[in-house]
Order: sequence, then C-alpha cells, then structure tokens
Amino acid sequence: MKRIVFGALAALVLLALAAVLIAWPRADFIPARSPQAWAGTPANIARGAYLARAGDCMACHTARGGTPYAGGRALATPFGTVYASNITPDATTGIGAWTADDFWHALHDGVSRDGRLLYPAFPYTNTTKVTRDDADALYAYLRTLAPVREANRPHALRFPYDQQIVLAGWRLLYFKPGVYAPQPARSAAWNRGAYLVEGLGHCGACHSPRNGLGATGSRLSGGRIPIVGWYAPALDADHEAGLGNWEEAHIVQLLRTGVAPRGAVFGPMAEVVGHSLQYLTDDDAGAMAAYLKSLPPEPSPRRPGAAPLDDVMKAGRTLYEHHCADCHGADGRGTSVAGHPAYPPLAGNGALTMADPVNAIRIVLNGGFPPATGGNPRPFGMPPYSPVLDDAEVAAVVTYVRNSWGNTAPAVTPPDVNRWRAVPID
Amino acid sequence: MPATVLRCSLLCAALLPALSALAQPERGVPDTLARRVAACTACHGSPSAPPPSTGPGYYPRIAGKPAGYLVNQLQNFRAGRRQYPLMTYMVEHLSDDYLREIATYFSTQHLPAPVLARASLPAGQMERGRELVMHGDPALKVPACIACHGQRLTGALPAIPGLLGLPRDYINAQFGAWRNGTRRAHAPDCMATVAGRLSLADVTAISGWLASEPLPDDATPAPDVTHPMPLACGSQPERP
Repeated sequence: MKRIVFGALAALVLLALAAVLIAWPRADFIPARSPQAWAGTPANIARGAYLARAGDCMACHTARGGTPYAGGRALATPFGTVYASNITPDATTGIGAWTADDFWHALHDGVSRDGRLLYPAFPYTNTTKVTRDDADALYAYLRTLAPVREANRPHALRFPYDQQIVLAGWRLLYFKPGVYAPQPARSAAWNRGAYLVEGLGHCGACHSPRNGLGATGSRLSGGRIPIVGWYAPALDADHEAGLGNWEEAHIVQLLRTGVAPRGAVFGPMAEVVGHSLQYLTDDDAGAMAAYLKSLPPEPSPRRPGAAPLDDVMKAGRTLYEHHCADCHGADGRGTSVAGHPAYPPLAGNGALTMADPVNAIRIVLNGGFPPATGGNPRPFGMPPYSPVLDDAEVAAVVTYVRNSWGNTAPAVTPPDVNRWRAVPID
Repeated sequence: MPATVLRCSLLCAALLPALSALAQPERGVPDTLARRVAACTACHGSPSAPPPSTGPGYYPRIAGKPAGYLVNQLQNFRAGRRQYPLMTYMVEHLSDDYLREIATYFSTQHLPAPVLARASLPAGQMERGRELVMHGDPALKVPACIACHGQRLTGALPAIPGLLGLPRDYINAQFGAWRNGTRRAHAPDCMATVAGRLSLADVTAISGWLASEPLPDDATPAPDVTHPMPLACGSQPERP
C-alpha cells in the first residue's frame, strides 16, 4: 500500500515537472536576415524610428522632463514601482554594449543581456510578436541616439515580487514567446492592423483587464488601469469605446489627430496619440481601425440600475446649462469649428456612460486639452472644475450627462467623486 | 418611373440634412484663441470674465506678463520643474508652438487691477518687506526685487515677471516651492538661490508687502532689465 502511494506521488511530481518543462517559456531565437538588417543605413534607421513611435517606446523610457529614451520613468504597479531603463546607446548605463541578438532577446523573450528576466511592465508579452526584421530596424534606430550616461534606477518591488524565481513562475503561467502569425484567411491590412495592435502598439497593456497577478487577458475587453486610475474602455464592445459602429475614417481621425466627430482622447490615451499614434501613416492607422472593428463584439450588459433621482438630475441640468452647454451644446451634441471637431459630443459618447464612471469624473475635475497633433495643432481645452464645483455638484452634473439625450448609466455619488480629487500625476 | 426618381430625390433631400446632423456636431463656435484657451481663463480670468473676487484667491494673474516668462512656466509645468497637478494636466500634451502662441496671447492681454486685501501685518514687518523689495539686504546677499523685476515691479522683457497683483498665498507658495526644490527653472536658478537666503519671517514680510501694493495703471513690463543683473538667471540670460 505504502509503495503504491509513493509511486503515485512520484508519478505526480514527475508529471508536474514535465508540465513545467513543456510550458517553460523557451528563449525563441530567430537569426537576423543578415547583418544588413540591423546596419545603420538610412532606410533601417527611418523604419526603426517609425516603429519606435508605433510602439511608443519613448513614453515609458523617458522621465518627465528627462532626455528621451534615457529611462527613469516610474511605473507604479500594485506590486511596487518599476523604473524604465535607459535604452540610449551608452556603453555602461544604456544598451551601447548590446548586440542585435541581445536586443532581440529582450524584445522577444523578455530577458536582459545579463540573463535577468525582465518585468512585464515592459510589455514583452506584446513585443514578442514583433518580427526579427522590425526588431533589427528598431535596434538600428536606437543606436543612432546620443548616448546618455544615466544609471538605471533599481525597481522598488515588494517581496516576493522582487524575486526572479517568482517572475519565472509568472512567465510560466502567462508568457510564451512567438512572432505574430498572420491569418491567411484575412486581408493583408487586417493582419497589419492585428500585428500593430497586438504587437508593438501593446494596446492590451491598458485595454485588456489584468488579473490579480497583473497578467492581461487575450481580449481587449477594457479595464481600470491599476494605480493610474483611468478606465481603458473595451475596444470590442459597442457600449464602451464603441468602435464597432464607428466609421473607420473617424477611428483613423481619432488615432491620428486626437479628435473625431464622436469623441476626443484624454487621460493616458492623449499621451498615446500625442507621442505615438499621430505619427502613424494613414494606412497603418486604417489597418488598426479595420482590425479593431473586426473584433467579435461583446454584447451590452443589461444594467439593472435605479434611475437617478429627479432632484439630482435637476441640479445636474442647472449646472450643465451654466458651465457646459456653451461648448458641448444644450442638446449635448458638441460643437465644431469649420467642420473640424472642437468640443466633443456628450450624447451617445461611450466615454461617459461606461459602468465605471472614473473617466467622466476626472475629466470634469481636471479638464485639460486633447494632444496637440499634426492634424489638430491647436486643440480646444476644457477648464478644470475641481476648484469651482463641490463633490455633490460634480456628481450631479456627471449623473446628468450620463442620463440625458438617450444616454443611460448608473448615477454617480459624491464619494465617487471625492476619491479622485487628489491623485498624483506621475 | 420619373415620379419614383423625383419622390426619392425629394425624400433624400429632406433626409440628408437630418442624417448628417446625426453624424456631425452641427453647431459651430467662433474660431478664436480666446475660445481655445477658455480652459486657462476659468481660473486666471479674462477681460470679459475677470477672476472672481471671492474664491480660493490663489491663482496668479498672468495677463500682461512677459511672453518669455509665461512660456518658460508652461514648459516648466510640462517638464515637472514646477508642480501643480491642474497645470500639468493642462499643458501635458501641448506642443512648444502652441504654448508660445498661448503665452503671447496672455502677454498682450489687459485685465483690470484686482482689488487687494491689505495684509494685516505689524507695521514693522511691512516696513521690512518694503525694505527688502526696494533695497534688498546686502548682509544676506539678497538683491532688491526691483533690481530685476523692474522699478515699478511690473517685470521686464523678455522673461521676468511682474510681482504686483498676485495673491499673497501664491507668493508664499512659490517661496516654499523654491526652498523645497519643487519649483525649478533653467540653471542657474536665481530665485532658488534668493529663496534659500531668506528666513520665513522675511518671506512673510515680502509677500505681505507685495500683495498689498496696488498694481500701477500702466502694468506693462520694462523693456529690459538693468545689466548686469545681481544674480545670473538661466531664464533671463545676460546679453553678451
């Protein structure tokens, strides 16, 4: 009897070990096409610069007010703070000593030159989909930056998340290296869009919900961005970002200019458009739009939700007419300048009516400008209302816009508003 | 058949505006910079809507300040050299070109002088404030404010701000920020040096006096600062 139990246990352990071995995220080496692939030729450098924009590498690898790509930006996560690294070609503090293969290994396998496993705050679960050719062009471009001597700041992660063995376990569960595999049944544009969205664009880093261990799902079904505190809407649900029923041209316009007839970008997405998407070609933005529109739509949930109280709606309406109607229109349809979107419509605007009201609250509290872009260099701004309206007033006006002109969404309460009054910027 | 075509074109003609109204925001607004920067004037005031006399009483007057000063500050907020979240949110995604245009717009704007509440400080302290502003304190190696900020304290071109018409809380907060390193300028950061040499009592005296002094009718900045400046300033480099 004892022997049977022992044998069964041993078999189980062996099975588990075999499973770990099979699931282990192997380094996946694909050689460069030829040394010409990463040579500093004008064509490689230009393509690499474009891809670096498409991946918005600069946004994380640059501290506020710091030298581009010299690292140091703090990325706050539920597990502690990760500091982005210096990726200028400085030989001691940057990636100056890295070979094209080292760079590929980091981008594709999430492993640093010294063999350390990288934290997935660097979105290598996405960049693993990048082709070797594109990785080499990125490498060629990064080599042309002025080297900056700026030592990397050690991450400040809590135990046990600071342990490499824990990270190895995480990778076992959630990471498998692999270049994007085109779907032959789909068009070239669709595949290009999928490659950009799922790969360098790493849209899922925000637009995919994260589980308790910080891993994103495979769908772009939206979620509150941890710590940062903005809600990245579902890109596959018409009741959130609502791309399914947007015209493709309007999606391209939003990605490339930051404004469109049906909405404007704000919060973290303003940064993405400002630093990255505005530089995409119309073809690439169009490919992304076509891919996003093709995502299988998530049905709208039936929201039970009690209708907002009459006096809240009445108070909200009075505030709206006083503070908001001049720009957004009494009918909530927004306003334009010579046919160009100026102030976005609020009627039918999915950004306002998502179950999580944080974006609408923060826009009212902070105001702000959409990004200045080539297609919208002088954006119209919105005043911050946090100095003018108290929590109950913000709650009333947000509840009003969430439940007028055909919009329906749960009411917002003063405590919902209060928690967003004092959030740090970085 | 022609009747069907006619009916359709009539129907379509009637429907088209309705359809485009659904797709496009129809109401237009005038394309003015004043309209685009309404986000700024909500706190800083505009000729048609001066800042409210009641309220937090913190926001600085920006109308008529030299454009060079304003653009430096806008860029400082964007780069984290100044820290005030609402301002950072405003300028975070704006280009240098647009910030320059906005700065120039406000530099040419004239607002009525604010009604000031005279600081309730003991006479001796007000006098110490006036003394520091007008003459500085050689023992502390603190130059007079007027040495750089203009004889009439209305600033100097291209990048030195006027000091009158500002809320006292705002002035105090700036001295605190210089001392804590949360307000920085291009090196050498002359105001951080000055703030480091002043005691808190002296800061109180200066802010109390400045905030009580009425803005002159002609608040335009001086055409230039008197050279050489008492301290080197990265924001207003010496002419060669």
